[in-house]
Amino acid sequence: MAIVTYRDALNQALREEMQRDDRVFLMGEEVGVYQGAYKVSKGLLQEFGEMRVVDTPITELGFAGVGVGAAMVGLRPVIEFMTWNFALLALDQVVNSAAKMLSMSGGQFNIPIVFRGPNGAALQLSAQHSQAWESWLAHIPGLKVVAPGTPYDAKGLLKTAIRDDNPVMFLEGEMLYNIKGEVPEGEYTIPLGKAQVKREGDHVTIISYGKMINVAQQAADLLAKDGIRAEVIDLLTLRPIDSETIAASVRKTNRAVVVEEGWEICGIGAQVVDYVQRDCFDDLDAPVLRVHQADVPMPYAKNLERAAKPDALKTVAAVRQVLYLE
Amino acid sequence: MATKVTMEALSPTMEEGRLVKWLKNEGDAVAKGDVLAEVETDKAVMELVARGAGVLRARLAAEGDTRPVGELLAVIAEKDENIDAIVKKAPAAAPAGPAAPAVPAVPASSPSSASSTVVPPAPVSTPPSHPNGGGRARSSPLARRLASARGLDLGTLQGSGPGGRIIRRDIEAAASTELSGAPTPAAARAAAPVVRAAGDSEDVPLTQIRKTIARRLAESNGPIPTFFLTADFDLTSVRELRARMIAMGDEFKVSYNDILLKAIATALSQHPEVNAHWLGDSIRRHYRVHLGMAVAVEDGLITPIIADADTKRISEIARESRELAKRARERKLTPEEYTGATCTVSNLGMFGIDEFTAIINPPEVAIFAVGAVADVPVVVDGALAVRTRVRITMSCDHRAVDGATGARFMQTLRRLIENPLMLVF
Repeated sequence: MAIVTYRDALNQALREEMQRDDRVFLMGEEVGVYQGAYKVSKGLLQEFGEMRVVDTPITELGFAGVGVGAAMVGLRPVIEFMTWNFALLALDQVVNSAAKMLSMSGGQFNIPIVFRGPNGAALQLSAQHSQAWESWLAHIPGLKVVAPGTPYDAKGLLKTAIRDDNPVMFLEGEMLYNIKGEVPEGEYTIPLGKAQVKREGDHVTIISYGKMINVAQQAADLLAKDGIRAEVIDLLTLRPIDSETIAASVRKTNRAVVVEEGWEICGIGAQVVDYVQRDCFDDLDAPVLRVHQADVPMPYAKNLERAAKPDALKTVAAVRQVLYLE
Repeated sequence: MATKVTMEALSPTMEEGRLVKWLKNEGDAVAKGDVLAEVETDKAVMELVARGAGVLRARLAAEGDTRPVGELLAVIAEKDENIDAIVKKAPAAAPAGPAAPAVPAVPASSPSSASSTVVPPAPVSTPPSHPNGGGRARSSPLARRLASARGLDLGTLQGSGPGGRIIRRDIEAAASTELSGAPTPAAARAAAPVVRAAGDSEDVPLTQIRKTIARRLAESNGPIPTFFLTADFDLTSVRELRARMIAMGDEFKVSYNDILLKAIATALSQHPEVNAHWLGDSIRRHYRVHLGMAVAVEDGLITPIIADADTKRISEIARESRELAKRARERKLTPEEYTGATCTVSNLGMFGIDEFTAIINPPEVAIFAVGAVADVPVVVDGALAVRTRVRITMSCDHRAVDGATGARFMQTLRRLIENPLMLVF
């Protein structure tokens, strides 16, 4: 199988879907002439022309709204935010137009749109540009939220997101674009709303998604050295969450740790814990623990940033605690 | 306030432990942190430490006894504190307790009644003094479900979780002691038919390590389709290199085995398809080489690990392997030191074995069996010559490693062993 970067896997998905359906177009800051701030849209302007790869001014609210309008009249826009940190300004269009239009129009207008871009922290981008927005987005009925952490998942999920008839929030990561992984040559898609067991184990379930799935895997590697077999579940889709896959695993392991990039309060992990307590109450041998960003705006200083971010060692510590090894 | 000393889970996989030796006598004063006893886990002998201070009032297990994790082993209390209630509840004392009327006086012969007549000890007149201080016992939901399924009364159990929470392992410990307290074993023993003279044979109980070896190796030889590749390697250059290193001083004294370990580790770093684990539905290739080396210990073997062996200098490998082997024989290895190998080497050369085949330690996919280093006659350029050689056999798990893959590995290994300068550059 070909080894492909996350960036190129997204590029393949965009190209294949634009070839497959001429209603699909890409719009955002620097997606065309500059080939994408992170080169995800490399070569697309040359292949598909200015009508389908549209450079915009620095106007997130404006072009998000143009996207929703285009979707209402039958196109299938992919709107790139240079980062989700800049998308905060556009949330009115995302939440009030894209998410609600189907319901408010009595089913007359569905909005087949993808909003995509890097989410969360990179390195030393400080408080305003290091935020993980998934729990904000997943809170809204009418949106679907997807967060792949590997090239294979990124490609398969982006293709499915573009084909979906409703708004899909697609969360990537600046620290993910360069990671490499196997991506098959041929056509494949990954269904929304299905989690994946990335690694089997029977001592504890580690639930994560997006960038943090790689942290969860590192933690599982460290735990394996102590003979602890962790099952690692990648949620992939954060709305709707596949609670059945989580429950099947926790019924087997009797304990769980959730790892997420964002803040603790009302985070995705809080929702996961809710599913676990509802579905697996009689199977739990320990309280479910969460690993997440410290409850502060992201510090700029390197050492403080490291201390604030979730990582493999913090995950290992939480796992040892739910196993009563601490 | 009395402190209960229980069999603790001293390794992540430990389910029971054998009390090797008591280091404190009944009546001895005990401080928090004192070592009370040595306990043999599934791999190592570890220390059981006092969690409270006072006087060691009662020892409830004898040296040599195997007890499940969570079971009461001793009680530490004030000199004149009444510990009857605690000791009475100890599983070892249970068969003699007041539960007798509930159990048929005649040993039950049908297997079904053996499990169904197990009842919790009759309630004592004073309410159980579990650490939750009256009211309900703190317990995990899973523990409550398991206890209810097994007919155990949570109030009679001691929780080992935080704040005395009763968790799964406490239920399992209680359930297994109840079973062993049932009267059936005596009946079974009485039925043993043949009279044998003492000295005809000796029944040696299985040690923890023996059990683990049996389980692991049976797992191995059954489902793993293994094939073997054997090759002779010329050690002329290795011998010269070694002689030159020894000439530089004692700190450079390394064995043939140390150099072969380095060569195998280096070759593994170039062949991650061999430096791999079989995971059932995938193969995990490792890009770091953690080399296990089999060490014979008194009643079995253990494979301590040289982490990142491919990046270490030969002298470091020599020092580390000596140290690990010594600590392995003393049973002083910590679990991190013998778990997580990516591949393993076994060497019986020092026993004069020319060549042998080793059994793969799953989930690894290969193991290397190193025979004796010997001067042998060989044909070099059409003439008979004496050369120092060693024979190495690679066992391969065919599910992960094909013949040609293994053979290519052996080619790399030959290049390294026969040109050992490649190992130091």
